[in-house]
Amino acid sequence: MIKFAPQLINLFATLILLLSFAMISQRRIVSLINLFMMQGVALVITSFLLGYATHQPDLYVSGGLTLVLKVIFIPWMLHRMIRKLNVRWDIETLFNVPTTMLVGIALVIFSFSLALPVSRLSSSLAGGSLGIALSCVMLSFLMLITRSKAVPQVIGFLSMENGLIFAATAVTNGMPMIVEFGIALDVLVGVLILGVFMFQIREKFDTLDIHHLETLKED
Amino acid sequence: MTPLFFVLGVPLLGGLVLALTGHRTYARDINVTFSLLTFLSACVLTVQVMDHGPQLVWHQQFYIDPLNVFLVTLTAFVGLTTAIFSRPYMRIEQDHGKMTPPRMRLYHSMYQLFSFTMLLGFTTNNLGIIWVAMEAATLTTVLLVSVYRTTASLEAAWKYFILCGVGIAQALFGTILMYMAAEKVLGPEHATLLWTSLNDIKGQLDPTIISLAFVFLLIGYGTKIGLVPLHSWLPDAHAEGPTPVSAVLSGLLLNVAMYAVLRTKVLTDGALGTAMAGQLMMGFGLLSVTVAAFFLSRQKDVKRMFSYSSIEHMGLITFAFGMGGSLANFAGLLHMTVHSLVKSAIFFTVGHATQKAGTQVMSEIRGLIKVNPTVGWGLMLGVMAILGMPPFGVFASEFLILTTAMREQPWAAPFLFLALGVAFASILIRVLPMVFGDSTLKPLAHPPALIPVFLHLALALVLGLYIPSYLNGWYVQAASMLGG
Repeated sequence: MIKFAPQLINLFATLILLLSFAMISQRRIVSLINLFMMQGVALVITSFLLGYATHQPDLYVSGGLTLVLKVIFIPWMLHRMIRKLNVRWDIETLFNVPTTMLVGIALVIFSFSLALPVSRLSSSLAGGSLGIALSCVMLSFLMLITRSKAVPQVIGFLSMENGLIFAATAVTNGMPMIVEFGIALDVLVGVLILGVFMFQIREKFDTLDIHHLETLKED
Repeated sequence: MTPLFFVLGVPLLGGLVLALTGHRTYARDINVTFSLLTFLSACVLTVQVMDHGPQLVWHQQFYIDPLNVFLVTLTAFVGLTTAIFSRPYMRIEQDHGKMTPPRMRLYHSMYQLFSFTMLLGFTTNNLGIIWVAMEAATLTTVLLVSVYRTTASLEAAWKYFILCGVGIAQALFGTILMYMAAEKVLGPEHATLLWTSLNDIKGQLDPTIISLAFVFLLIGYGTKIGLVPLHSWLPDAHAEGPTPVSAVLSGLLLNVAMYAVLRTKVLTDGALGTAMAGQLMMGFGLLSVTVAAFFLSRQKDVKRMFSYSSIEHMGLITFAFGMGGSLANFAGLLHMTVHSLVKSAIFFTVGHATQKAGTQVMSEIRGLIKVNPTVGWGLMLGVMAILGMPPFGVFASEFLILTTAMREQPWAAPFLFLALGVAFASILIRVLPMVFGDSTLKPLAHPPALIPVFLHLALALVLGLYIPSYLNGWYVQAASMLGG
């Protein structure tokens, strides 16, 4: 098992990246939430594998935290929210998916070249994953820019957090525990606040299209 | 028992108490009481640190040295005066029907929790916890920005949340890289994000990792400082929230982000041995000063105009710290102090002016001095102070920054002069008719609390005329912490 650990970790790392691409091109809000949940699952498995391979109990805790928060609680909350907001079956018209994908590929190449000098220095089992983590962050960026509805923007935001947690896990074998808990608390509170916001926006604008939020501009 | 526990514990407890009682009429007084207790504990802490030197508390998780203790006191002080100001201000807002009891409860509770997150950010020794505190500071204020539930305030809050969230995510990536660099030196078992430990080994940290980490950290925290081109959330968030929130956002939160950058800059300078970090900061700072000055000249909303002025001043401070050296660091710290004091004082007067006029559009606010001379004079003096007129403290710090720039970075000086000149002209030309001239404004239902305004301006005046030796020693020590 130990022998295969690096390969397995790399496999799941690629899976995380692949899911980021899938999210960029996904038009259905329900499927988007499911993809986000799958990304969380891949993240949890990576944490557990690394914890097993490096004998670091901290990584189990951090994996457990991700499991509870990103795989169970947040997807459940998002599902409940879209049901209440009645946007469950919404399909978003996306701006030119092939172009977005190409931009995404360019971002991945950029991230890898940026991470290359640093990942050479990494002592961790999955040191090569720094590029993948940075790519995930960049792709979530792209998603935030191209999406115009509130729920996909929130998912983009959370998926960026996934990329960062993956970086912390894979590159440094997890941050100090107190920091991990702090980050988890921030994400949790952040999602709850965003939930409140969506209802406020809906009440005020009758839609969750963020394009309506463009009155505050410099003239 | 160190006073630090009270500095952090009092606002945290205040947040909980006000979450239960914040909608009652006496909640205003509870808010002031908690802020006062925080300020008193901060004073005791300051005296201790000045007498006995830096303190490491609770498994080294908290570190207090002259640099952050001065910011802690400043934050607690402005937190207290803003709480005093908000008593009559929020009461008038409630009378106008803009605030309901549940909203008041949210406001009071979040006000205390926001103070807590800022103080935590200043006092923690853990670079990871600084990040957590910065993010928590966004979270506590985001609902305050949208508290009026107007379309504009919802938009501002959404933008604030998403842009700051994205920005600060970059800072987390930088922090992870920092940790990776520490792990390479200390090994996986002893790796740490404690600033004091990293500071001891900064010479051995890997330059490749650290330079990449600093870029991410500067972009991340720079978003919260409001550095151009990452500033677009700032004028919206500062203009749409209640005025006490604008005052603490402009006066205090930007300082926390600046502080986080300064701490990482010390490590980066030590690891690289080059001026890379300083040059980046000078570049961002100069861009912010000039761009903000020109945007400032086109504003119609008074709170937006002063938000751009905050971007301009934070740019100037970033530039000063970028230059480095004891004189520029000293000037940067002084400018941070006077900017906090003067900018919050301006927001206090502007708040009452907009309440009288019922609008934030500058062309509709006229003749403040006739209706309420103290508000009018407060605004006029505050504006004179922020524009760098002698004898206020802003003059002293800007003078120091500019002369140091002329000597050490002569290429940048013309840009700075141009930007400051544009800002001077455009603010003055708009504020003069607001203060003087005929008026159609109505008097307020409750007398405004203007003691904070004049207290802030008096302090800024004292700092401009004469810095007491006690305070001077404090600044010099803090500036030397930052190194050259």
